[in-house]
Order: sequence, then C-alpha cells, then structure tokens
Amino acid sequence: MAINPKKHEMPTQEPQVRSHNFDEVALGYTEEIAIAEAQRCLNCKNQPCVNGCPVNINIPDFISKIKDGDFEGAYRVISKSSSLPAVCGRVCPQETQCESKCTLGIKFEPVGIGRLERFVADWHNENATDAPGKPQSNGYKIAVVGSGPSGLTCAGDLAKKGYKVTVFEALHTAGGVLVYGIPEFRLPKSIVAKEVDTLKALGVDIEPNVVIGKTLTVDELFDMGYEAVFVGSGAGLPNFMGIPGESLKGVYSANEFLTRSNLMKSYLKNPETPIMKGGKVAVVGGGNVAMDAARTALRLGAEKVYIVYRRSMEELPARKEEVEHAIEEGIEFRLLNNPIEILGYDNPDDKFDPKNGFVTGMKCIKMELGEPDEKGRRRPIPVEGSEFVLSVDTVIISIGTSPNPLIKNTTEGLEVNSRGGIIVNEDGLTSREAVYAGGDAVTGAATVISAMGAGKMAAIAIDEYLSSK
Amino acid sequence: MYKIIKKRILNPTVTQMEIEAPLIANKALPGQFIILRVDEDGERIPLTVAGTNKQNGTVKIIFQIVGATTEKLNHKNEGDSIQDFVGPLGVATHIKGLKKVCIVGGGVGCAIAMPIAQAVHEMGGEVTSIIGFRKRDLVILEDEFKACSEKLHLMTDDGSYGRKGNVCVPLTEMLEAGEKFDMIITIGPLVMMKFVVEAARPYGTPVTVSMNPIMIDGTGMCGGCRLTLNQDGKKVTKFACVDGPEFNGYEIDFDEAISRGKMYWDFERHAYEETCNLFKQA
Ligand SMILES: Cc1cc2nc3c(=O)[nH]c(=O)nc-3n(C[C@H](O)[C@H](O)[C@H](O)COP(=O)(O)OP(=O)(O)OC[C@H]3O[C@@H](n4cnc5c(N)ncnc54)[C@H](O)[C@@H]3O)c2cc1C
Ligand SMILES: Cc1cc2nc3c(=O)[nH]c(=O)nc-3n(C[C@H](O)[C@H](O)[C@H](O)COP(=O)(O)OP(=O)(O)OC[C@H]3O[C@@H](n4cnc5c(N)ncnc54)[C@H](O)[C@@H]3O)c2cc1C
Ligand code: SF4
Ligand code: SF4
Ligand code: FES
Repeated sequence: MAINPKKHEMPTQEPQVRSHNFDEVALGYTEEIAIAEAQRCLNCKNQPCVNGCPVNINIPDFISKIKDGDFEGAYRVISKSSSLPAVCGRVCPQETQCESKCTLGIKFEPVGIGRLERFVADWHNENATDAPGKPQSNGYKIAVVGSGPSGLTCAGDLAKKGYKVTVFEALHTAGGVLVYGIPEFRLPKSIVAKEVDTLKALGVDIEPNVVIGKTLTVDELFDMGYEAVFVGSGAGLPNFMGIPGESLKGVYSANEFLTRSNLMKSYLKNPETPIMKGGKVAVVGGGNVAMDAARTALRLGAEKVYIVYRRSMEELPARKEEVEHAIEEGIEFRLLNNPIEILGYDNPDDKFDPKNGFVTGMKCIKMELGEPDEKGRRRPIPVEGSEFVLSVDTVIISIGTSPNPLIKNTTEGLEVNSRGGIIVNEDGLTSREAVYAGGDAVTGAATVISAMGAGKMAAIAIDEYLSSK
Repeated sequence: MYKIIKKRILNPTVTQMEIEAPLIANKALPGQFIILRVDEDGERIPLTVAGTNKQNGTVKIIFQIVGATTEKLNHKNEGDSIQDFVGPLGVATHIKGLKKVCIVGGGVGCAIAMPIAQAVHEMGGEVTSIIGFRKRDLVILEDEFKACSEKLHLMTDDGSYGRKGNVCVPLTEMLEAGEKFDMIITIGPLVMMKFVVEAARPYGTPVTVSMNPIMIDGTGMCGGCRLTLNQDGKKVTKFACVDGPEFNGYEIDFDEAISRGKMYWDFERHAYEETCNLFKQA
C-alpha cells in the first residue's frame, strides 16, 4: 500500500465561524481517521521520533495499538511517560519536537503524532470507566507550590506512590497557564478541570488562595511537617518594552489581557470583570502568547487585529499551526515593524475630556534584517526615517515573561540565575535541602511538556530522597 | 469558602466585616491587603487588612460601597461565606524607627490608615491624625483614632461635623508652625494624596502614599496595577501589588494613576446599576 504523503487533516471549525466564538478550533480525529493516520507510521526500529519527545513517549508502540483499534492500550503506553496527554496532544510544538524527527518527514509530511496523542487521550476521557483508586498512604507529606503542568504532574506521580500531597496555588483556580493563559478555543478548560479532578481522586489536596512567600513561606511548610517541597511557580512576571505611552489606558500585558478573558471570564455575555473589546488591536510580539492574545481579541469583537513583530515570518517563534490559524481568521501580520511609542488622546482644550489618556495609535519603525548573530538569528536593524503610525485603540504587549521573585525573596539560601530562574541539579534539587523545582520557574518561559517532564523527574528524585532517608 | 463572622455597618456607605481566614490573620501586618471574590465568576477586588484577631483567626476588612462587587459583598450577612480570600499581599508599612508621624486619611482611606496609626502608637511613637470626610454621616472610626492619636483633627467638607475644610488645611498650619514629622502617611482619594504631597513639599517632610490601582491577581503576574515613578529623573515602572501598595509620594506620577483608574468607568457604572436593580427586584 502506498503511503499517503500528507497527514490526515484535522477537522476544524470554519475560520469565519470560529473567529466569533470561543469553542475549540480543532475538533479532533474520528476513530477512522486516527486508524488511517496510524497506518502511515513505519514503526521504525531506531525510533527517532521518541528522541524528539522531551519525555520520550514510546511513540511507535502507542501508534501500533491505535492501528489495532486498542485505544485504551495506546493510552496506557502514553501514560507511562506523560500525565497530561490530552493537553500536550493539543499544545505541544510537535513540529519542532517528536514530529521533526519522524522518518516519514524526510520525504513526506511526518506522522501526525500530536493529533494521535490527542485522539487517544480524548477517547480515554470519554470511554474509560475505571476511576483511579486512592493508593495506600506511606505517611509522608509533600508540598507542591503552583498548580501548572509541572506542579500537577509532580503531585500526581507522588500521590500514586502513596505520598500525601498538598498543592498550594496563589490563584483561585488550579491549572496555571493552562487556565489563565491558553484560551478556551485552543485548550478547553474542562480538560484541565478533569486532570485536576483525577488528582483529587488520588487523594491530592488542592489549596487555592495560598501565596507561598506571603500566606506561608517555604520554611513554614517544613515546620508544618512537609518533608519535601516542589516549586513549580512558573514564569509569570510580564515584561514591558520601556517605550513612552505604555501606561496609557488600553495598553495591556498579554498576561493581563488573557487573564481577564480566560480566568476572569470577561468573554461571557455579562462578565463581572471588564476588558476593552472592539476597535483596532495591535499585539506586539510573535510567540504563542501573542497569537493567543490576537485571536482572543478577535473573538471578543475587535474589528481589526494586527500582530506587530520586529523580525520576519521565518523567525516568528509561535507554532506554525497557530500562525496558520491566525492568518485564516484574518489577523494581519505587520512584520519587520518595531513599536517605538504608544500615542494617546489628549484634548488640549479640555483637561477633563473622558477620552483623554486612551490609546489612539502606535508609532512604529520599519526594520530590515542584518547579519546573523552568534545564534544564527538575523538581527533586525531600524530603517532610518521609516516611522509611521498604526491607528489602534488597544495595544497588547507580548514580549515575554520572567520568573516571579517572590519565592526567592522569602526563601533563604535559594539560589537563582541572572534571569531569575531557580538553579537546580539534574534531579531538580535546588540549593536548599529537600526543596525541588521545575518548569518555567527554572527554565524561564518554555513548554507544557518540558514543565510536565520536570515535574515527573522531581517526583522520582523526591521519592528516592525520602525512601533513603 | 471563607465565613463572615461579624458584620457592622459603620455608616450608610461603609461596612466592616470580620472574615474567618486563620492563615492570613496569623501573618498580616499594617499596610497589607487581601484580594477577594464574593462568588464564583465574581471580580477579584483588593481590600486592606483593617485588623486581625489571631485567637479567632479572623481578618477585619472595611469597605466603601462604590460599585457592583462591593454592593454584592454588602448584601452578605454574618454566617454567609465568600468564595475566595487571599493574602496577605503587598509590603507592610515601614514604621520601624518612626517617632513622630502624621496620618492623613480621607473617607474610607481612614479605615486603611487606622491600623498603621495603631501600630505606630503601640510602638511608642507619637501620632497626629487628620481625618477628613464629605459630611457628618460619613464619619467613621472617630473613637478608634482618638484612642491612638496624641492629636486628632477631624475635618468635613461642609463643616457639618468637626472643622470645615479639607485635610490639607490643618496639615499646612502645623507645618507652617514648625511641626516636624519623621513621616506623613496619607491614604485616601488620589487627588487628596496628590495635594498632601504638594502641601508637604516646601518643608521636605517625607510622605508615604498608599496607592490603589485596579488589580487582578495581586501577585505580580498581570502588570495591570503598574505605576510610573520618577526616581532621580528616570521613569521607573512598579507593580503596586508586589512593590507597594505604599510608595514615596514625591516619586509617584499621580496624573497617570488618576487617568488609569478611570479605564473602565463606563463598564463600572453600568455593572453597578445592574447589580442594584437585581437586589431591588429580589
Ligand atoms: C498564553 C500562553 C500560551 C502558551 N502556549 C503554549 C503552547 O501552545 N504550547 C506549549 O507547550 N506551551 C505553551 N505555553 C507555555 C506553557 O504554558 C508553560 O511553559 C507551562 O505552563 C509552564 O508550566 P509550569 O508548571 O512551570 O508553570 P505555570 O503553568 O506558569 O504555573 C505556575 C502556577 O504557580 C502559581 N504560583 C506562582 N507563584 C506562586 C506562589 N508564590 N505561591 C503559590 N502559587 C504560585 C501560579 O499562579 C500558577 O498557577 C504558553 C504560555 C502562555 C502564557
Ligand atoms: C491595595 C488596595 C487596597 C484597597 N483597600 C480598600 C479598603 O480597605 N476599603 C475600600 O473600600 N476600598 C479599598 N480599595 C479600593 C477597592 O478595591 C475598590 O473600591 C473596589 O475594587 C471597587 O469594586 P466595585 O466592583 O464595588 O466597584 P467598581 O464599580 O468596579 O469600581 C469603583 C472604583 O473602584 C476601583 N476598582 C474597580 N475594580 C478594581 C479592582 N479590581 N482593583 C482595584 N480597584 C478597583 C476603580 O478605580 C473604580 O473607579 C483598595 C484598593 C487597593 C488597590
Ligand atoms: S508529548 Fe509532545 S513531543 Fe511528546 S510525543 Fe506527545 S506531542 Fe510529541
Ligand atoms: S519516526 Fe515516524 S514513522 Fe518512524 S516510528 Fe516514529 S512516528 Fe512512526
Ligand atoms: S495586580 Fe496583577 S500584577 Fe499587580
């Protein structure tokens, strides 16, 4: 049988329809499509794809179970390495990870590994009946700080081994970026809620509204009888550009804009938390976060949404699929443009004009790409005299985030690097005894799968440490 | 869920509640705040910790009913619970070493200033308090301030109680008469704090102001609470929730803060009306 050179297409909502709703864009493979896609896999002996996956899921093994129609079996293979397949199957940058190493990809399109993973996880969530039982307790108490993918994974793995785990979360809902950052149309909140419920069924306590470093400190956790602490506090501190006009009304960090829409549900018909909707919106930046902010703005009713990025399409760091979705939905890419000032309304005759201080536009300068730097990325250089004004009402700044210094500042002896990331060894152990860390808090903004992997690794290390104590 | 243990109406627009939250009661210091959500899907709003009772594990809040969320909160009664209550957030007031302090509070800002006045007093410092209100029936916490102040100046805009005039009147008189304060701590409407800074400027008295920008998370994650400070001629961005809420009054860009506070004015008026209608129907 000849191999189909293309991946089976993902069924999606039509762009004109989905740009007006918050329902999930990608609808998922059917059983038939999943089996057909699985049949494209060559079951390579040397398994190059497995090396491309940060947590080394046994990809050919789970795919051959799909071929056989044994979807639950496929799920069991994946769950040996990943605790969040329904999430990672949706949001992993597969094209630079597992799928980039796929043998099939040399000549054709690679196997749709992420799509198959998502199919298997969704199938399990819909059909599996076995509720996880509470494991026998071993008496040890562990504290996990933060309920993002790293924290949830670490908590789940330890709970399965019999540890009594409490997850402390600063916000009112568990899930980290999965609930406050990534929008509903890319990752439905019900999927995250289901993962959290599974943890609760395993006996994990989730304590929302506790800010470690404020409500309790890491040292107090030890005083309370916790024998090890895992810090998975993420990299939530938004960076600003430092250009004039950043404090005008209508300028948001991507975190604020997405938090208002996702976590605080400003997208509902009658929300309690306000957000600026409609008008023209410029999103500054080119990563996944920028794409999410742009597509959220569109769905909230913006008449025009621009992505303003200082390099070209080639350097755009966002996932290809998300960029394609954004273009289909009508988001306009203003590439090789760099903002230099945000302009606001200022009525010279009326100091009390209610329009004063609201954004009216963003002054940008055109850029061209110079010689590649040490990392091989071509450096953008401003073109003199090319300034122009983009007329907009809202500006969303999405130029990255850094780890929050709160825990470092309140935990004596916890060392961090120059970018604020917590320093850990290969086991995830920090400079403090029995304090482990992982995910974005260590690496700076990265990916869900790497955060999950770090949580897994730390769970193993914590188990070894306490068993040998 | 966090239970309301006590509720007291201080005046027609200001209510005091004691909320069961032992971890916060154990930790909170004057100047810190909490963030609450009244119910699921509710807005997150910040309120200052107006006192704690470690034995009972309760935290006191005093809030003015100004919009939808505070209106909804005011409809809760003793025994009811609120959905979320997190803290203590922000940096505590730096009162260490202060011997002579002038506290200037305006309206509900007096509630926020009161625990600071008490703390300075308990530390053995000398407290002069100036508290200002629009009119007589809005006066709150007069006895509490009397108890911890050497001198108390009570002002009303219309002269219906205490002395007529704004809080800057007695402040300027004292400074002109040569009174020296280690620190003026002022909490109230932004415009009032701006004028307090201007009143103190000629005398070079240090002024601490308590900023109240719109917040969401309160942990430094959104940047919505950002303020611009002028430090040695350089513009510096600070997040009120983690770097504040108290700042050096001479450094704050008040005009910007006043403008940003009005970002959602239309939305807020509308939401307030809707909530009031809802409660009227019920
Ligand atoms: C908008 C957006 C889109 C993204 N899209 C993708 C994508 O498509 N694919 C992908 O792989 N990755 C994506 N990412 C990145 C990915 O979400 C993160 O790398 C990942 O969530 C990091 O997980 P974490 O567990 O380290 O931390 P987080 O998910 O950041 O969770 C940390 C949690 O800790 C809590 N916390 C922080 N401090 C404290 C404290 N002191 N006390 C208690 N709790 C605390 C926080 O409130 C938060 O809930 C995206 C990120 C964003 C913001
Ligand atoms: C650190 C801090 C401490 C505070 N302490 C107190 C206090 O002890 N007592 C008290 O009465 N008030 C306090 N406030 C102000 C209080 O948070 C607002 O009055 C409240 O959020 C209004 O909500 P609302 O829905 O009832 O009114 P809305 O109609 O939403 O708004 C009325 C006004 O409140 C402000 N506001 C609205 N939403 C927020 C928000 N999420 N965060 C901050 N301000 C907002 C706006 O500037 C607006 O003009 C404090 C504010 C801050 C930042
Ligand atoms: S977890 Fe991500 S990288 Fe690993 S196989 Fe699944 S989609 Fe690929
Ligand atoms: S590399 Fe591609 S074809 Fe080979 S086993 Fe992995 S998924 Fe299948
Ligand atoms: S309230 Fe979000 S950063 Fe301060």
